[in-house]
Amino acid sequence: MEILQARGIVKQFANHLALDKVSISVKEQSVFGLLGPNGAGKTTLIRIINQITAPDVGELLFAGEKLTPKHTEQIGYLPEERGLYKKMKVGEQALYLAQLKGMSRHEAGKRLKWWFERFEIMNWWDKKVEELSKGMQQKVQFIVTVIHQPRLLIFDEPFSGFDPINVNILKEEILRLRNEGSTIIFSTHNMSSVEELCDDIALINKSKKILDGAVKDIKQEYKSNLFEVSCNNLNGDLNRALRAGFNIMETREDNELLFYKIQVPEGTKPNELLQNLIPHVEIHEFRELLPSMNDIFIRKVSEASATASKTEIANNL
Amino acid sequence: MTNKISLIIKREYLTRVRKKSFIVMTILGPILMAALFIVPTYLATMGGDTKTIQVVDETGLFAERFENTDALIFKPLAMDIEAAKELFPRSGDDALLYIPMTELSVPTSAFLYFDTQPTLVMRSTISNTMRREVESLKLAASGIEPEIMRSIKSSVNLMTIKLHEGGKEEKKFSEVATILGFVSAFMIYIFVFMFGSQVLRGVIEEKTSRIIEVIVSSVKPFQLMMGKIVGVGMVGLTQFLLWVVLTLVIVAGVQTAFPGKFQAPQTDQMLVTDSRIAGPAQISEETLQMDDSVMAQIAEGIRTINFSAIIFSFLFYFLGGYLLYAALFAAIGAAVDNETDSQQFMFPVTIPLIIAIVMAQYVINEPNGAVAFWFSIIPLTSPVIMMIRIPFGVPFTDLALSASLLVLGFLGATWLAAKIYRTGILMYGKKVDYAELWKWLKYKG
Repeated sequence: MEILQARGIVKQFANHLALDKVSISVKEQSVFGLLGPNGAGKTTLIRIINQITAPDVGELLFAGEKLTPKHTEQIGYLPEERGLYKKMKVGEQALYLAQLKGMSRHEAGKRLKWWFERFEIMNWWDKKVEELSKGMQQKVQFIVTVIHQPRLLIFDEPFSGFDPINVNILKEEILRLRNEGSTIIFSTHNMSSVEELCDDIALINKSKKILDGAVKDIKQEYKSNLFEVSCNNLNGDLNRALRAGFNIMETREDNELLFYKIQVPEGTKPNELLQNLIPHVEIHEFRELLPSMNDIFIRKVSEASATASKTEIANNL
Repeated sequence: MTNKISLIIKREYLTRVRKKSFIVMTILGPILMAALFIVPTYLATMGGDTKTIQVVDETGLFAERFENTDALIFKPLAMDIEAAKELFPRSGDDALLYIPMTELSVPTSAFLYFDTQPTLVMRSTISNTMRREVESLKLAASGIEPEIMRSIKSSVNLMTIKLHEGGKEEKKFSEVATILGFVSAFMIYIFVFMFGSQVLRGVIEEKTSRIIEVIVSSVKPFQLMMGKIVGVGMVGLTQFLLWVVLTLVIVAGVQTAFPGKFQAPQTDQMLVTDSRIAGPAQISEETLQMDDSVMAQIAEGIRTINFSAIIFSFLFYFLGGYLLYAALFAAIGAAVDNETDSQQFMFPVTIPLIIAIVMAQYVINEPNGAVAFWFSIIPLTSPVIMMIRIPFGVPFTDLALSASLLVLGFLGATWLAAKIYRTGILMYGKKVDYAELWKWLKYKG
């Protein structure tokens, strides 16, 4: 079931189109990555989901019903530009923010105690935020985002500005929250975290969605039929031993092992390559090289800008 | 949703009321105010030595009626006023009372020329004596029954004029109305500025600390803005009420500690000061009589409603003015990134307020003139100017027009501010100019 659906979202600012008919669909209990270069429109889309701004055109559904202000209590949001009241005490502030999300004071107090004990920060309760280090403030910020046990969590660039320890905590918590039933949308530039965490992604470039789907499907779709073999040479030149169509793209030697990157024609089974190799080399390792999300990201974005500049040239002619 | 606004109001209120600066201001304010009340009263009643007052009485009715006391000695002069004025500066006496002849032979105006500022006691003794005399004369003349005596109760328009050497005269109306009007106008001015800029700083704080986006994911920007404005306004009211209460406590405390010293003749003073100002020559028989009835009404009015009316209108204009300016300040706070940048927008917004306080002096002199009228109608200046006019008596139509325009004004300002606010709070690191603000006004939702 879809926890969130956005259909045909258009948002026009005075001088530029921030979102151009963008649709996304987020499955319940999954981690959804919203990717795209700076200025692509990710934050605008996130603000629209949070009902901070309204779309010009398009509709949003939350668990099947039209998204309305009552849903804000089921959404937790960690914005890219984030902070806390500097002069306010940590506990008091967390209580205030939790109550703004519709929790009762009593319930909020109980939940906060649980989180503060979990992160071992109970002794910060009466400190002012400005007395805490940046890393400590990030922990508090995370707690106030999740305190009301929202069904949908939205993190805008959560790994920027967080220190490595907190990034790890955040990653663990994201996966734990998903396993306990929450859905997480996060936007990021950090492609390795996408591979680690995301079930599905959408790639937005220049206000348009240019790619979406499950991470594993996308990787399959964009694979370039490359395999990597690490082996000891038994006899002769491997280049000549390989069947026509199998090409060695790269060779390197490391620790008395040879590493080959071999490209095969579309539709070739891994075993065909193995059978061809076995008489000639002793195989230590064999794997298919799938493109990293980073490669796909760069490829799609540069394709899109190439098309865009072609269209522009065409328009100018 | 309303529950969330009240949460916001509560936070805005409590964080400010708990601040040290609030507590210090709350204690210091009344001490200064009490000093403002006590010191002049003390000085006015001090002058312990005997004062000699020369009396030129053209009517011949009053000269013998003044009773000499320890503090005041009356010295009737048998010469005309010009001669008396000539001689007065060198006589060594303290004041010269001139009661001119009028057609009715019943004057309601008298002039007190002085060398040293006359004390309240001196002024009230003179006017009370004269009033009693005038009243008894009138009663006798028309055979009015005692029941309606109260309805024709008259007052005396005592004009105090400093007589400089060489005959130069300078009118001084140290009138309660003036003081009341000016003090309340000035209080509104100060409060609007003080608490308006607290709203501004609060909005900027939320922007610079970057908490704003966390909050607007829970509540509508409008709720946050209104919650802040109302919360800070309640801080202002709290401070004001605490000031009034503490000032009264201090004044009462001083009065009980030094009994007899501070029994200022409040009511008489009001009667004297609220009289219409007109030279004796201009008082024809008709206006005199009309003035009498008007005066009686006003005197009654002061006793019964005026103070509550002033307090009521003070609260109304304080709140109206505050809400109007606070909304504009909130919009400015949302449009800028720090307080330094706010100057360019603060300037045009605060100009009307500053003009109003500058015009105050002018309006006091002519509280019913065209300038006073227009400034007390326009919502940006009316909170200050209307408060100056009210103690002098304002036609109901003026008041109704001014009040409804002020309500419209702050509704309009809030609507305008909300549009700028909701766009501005999410703009970081952008230099904003008026063209940009204009664009924001046209954005949807």
